[in-house]
Amino acid sequence: MMKRTQFTALVAAALVAVTMASCAKKPAVPVARPMPPPAEDTNAIPPTPPAPPRPVDEPIPVPPEPDTIRAGDLPDDLDGLNRAGVLKAIFYDLDSSEVNAEGQKLLQENADMMRKNPSWQVTIEGHCDERGTAEYNLALGERRAVAARNYLVSLGIPAERVRTVSYGKEFPFEQGHDEAAWSRNRRAHFVITAK
Amino acid sequence: MTEPRRLQISAPPARRWWRGGAPAALLIAGAVAVGAQQPPAAPPSSQQPSSVSVRITGEPGTPPRMAVPDLIALSPDKETQEAAKVIGQVLWDDLNFEREFYMIPRDTYKSIPVGTSIADIPFPRWRELGADGVVVGTVQKVDAGIRVELRLYSVRAQQQSYGREYTGSGANPRVYAHTMSDEIHESQRSMRGVARTKLAFSSDRNRDAVANTVEKREVKEIYIADYDGANQRRVTINRNLNITPNWSPDGRSIAYTSYRKALPDILISNIFVGTMEEPTKGSASNFLPVFSPDGKQIAFMSNRDGNSELYIMNRDGSGVRRLTDNPAIDSTPTWSPTGTQIAFTSDRTGTPQVYVIGADGTGLRRLTYESYADRATWSPAPYNEIAFAARTGPGYDIKVLSLADGVTRQITFGEGTNESPAWSPNGRHLAFMSTRAGRSHIFTVDRDGRNIRQITRDGNNFTPNWSQ
Repeated sequence: MMKRTQFTALVAAALVAVTMASCAKKPAVPVARPMPPPAEDTNAIPPTPPAPPRPVDEPIPVPPEPDTIRAGDLPDDLDGLNRAGVLKAIFYDLDSSEVNAEGQKLLQENADMMRKNPSWQVTIEGHCDERGTAEYNLALGERRAVAARNYLVSLGIPAERVRTVSYGKEFPFEQGHDEAAWSRNRRAHFVITAK
Repeated sequence: MTEPRRLQISAPPARRWWRGGAPAALLIAGAVAVGAQQPPAAPPSSQQPSSVSVRITGEPGTPPRMAVPDLIALSPDKETQEAAKVIGQVLWDDLNFEREFYMIPRDTYKSIPVGTSIADIPFPRWRELGADGVVVGTVQKVDAGIRVELRLYSVRAQQQSYGREYTGSGANPRVYAHTMSDEIHESQRSMRGVARTKLAFSSDRNRDAVANTVEKREVKEIYIADYDGANQRRVTINRNLNITPNWSPDGRSIAYTSYRKALPDILISNIFVGTMEEPTKGSASNFLPVFSPDGKQIAFMSNRDGNSELYIMNRDGSGVRRLTDNPAIDSTPTWSPTGTQIAFTSDRTGTPQVYVIGADGTGLRRLTYESYADRATWSPAPYNEIAFAARTGPGYDIKVLSLADGVTRQITFGEGTNESPAWSPNGRHLAFMSTRAGRSHIFTVDRDGRNIRQITRDGNNFTPNWSQ
């Protein structure tokens, strides 16, 4: 009887031992695994709760000018500025001096640029294509240049920063005799004259 | 009306010589900006009085037939030889230009000997040729330059109809022919010729570029030329845009639009003394100056009040008064021959059209109903007409409106574009710009659309104006 009890105890002990051994070994396996490579998210900022809405009247800090016009973008000299076409020309329909939607968009951009560079003085040249007469085009070029200036002034650019001059059809930008050339020559051309 | 420019001609019997007062011939011969030199006095003539009353006529209903053989060179030097050749040819061309005579082609009478005295002239040979008149002449070297003697003979009457002797510089023999031509037209046809007049225009021929611009911009300078295109000379030297020249009535000054100082402004070049005037100084743009018929005032276009309007000022820039007041464009003025009215271009109805207004600002009236009309130019008396450029397709043609009956006639017909007409002082011809020969060139045409001649051949040429 005793012997049977002893056997049972041994089996039990052995079971316990096996069980314990297997239990003891399990934690070692993950340790042996290679670490994942340093991930992109090493510096990840934990998600933060959304910022509380700012009061409307609180001024929003504006980044300093050089952040939007990165240094090196604008040439130093007037020739370089004008060659780079920093201020965009706008184009007109035949026999027209109306600033169209595309022209308004470009004048907005020119106005932004002039606001960022408040020392610039600008001359708007009015040009015409070759299909009008030389004499009448002198007046039409003037009216085109004035229309562009008036639009800039309506955007808050001081009138005294913008001069106009008409060249009629005397200085075509494109020498061709087709609509492609004519449409390029009906323009208000911007020249920065002082900075 | 142009006495200061008229030559003083020696005429039998009382021979007179070049006088002071800057004779045009010498000015033409000399540099533009240099003053005229006074030629030395010449010995008095011993020539006997002769009749000047014979008027040469042709067959009834036809113009007189005229011959101009080569002049005889009485001196062996090259200048004299050359002058003899040039004067004959140019006189033939000058007489041909007004179409008052039928000019017999010069190569049909090369074999007819040219006599130096009336006894030597083979009148039967000329009659055989069908000539009504023949001009024979001599050129001789003298201390002062050359002496040119020209005689117009009536072939039928076998006597002198008109004779002149000129002495002066041999540098530009063409001027002797021009002078003789004008006098023959005056004495034989009672009309004013244009042989001594000049054209002013704008040209890019010297290919200079305007300084300090990003794109290449070719300069245009003011040039002048004889009416026939000879002796083309540059007037302005400012290397910028110089356009729309306009002669003063005395032919001694040219007003024009210049971009010399960035903004377009009016300059007056006194071409024979080399000085310049700036009647409009200021911050506004001023364009398209035109002298009044008396030369005392200038009408022009300006944006000084914010819009293109017409103004009149005294020649020295004083007394500026505004002529038009309309939100539309008012531009391109021209004076009536009496100076009491101004025709101009306005787009107040949507397209550029020609209008007329009193010089006092009253009596506005629309004149043209074209799709587009510009550069009105008012003819001198006796014609009461306004020439202008009208859009007739892709380009323009020259049209002439008769103010007496309101009828418009067309002068050019779609060969290239034809713009910027300008009347000759006798109203018988127009100068204009045309692209019919490829580039932009100055042409002249008779008032009936015939006799088109190309005046310029270099570069591109624009906005002609004819001296008075």
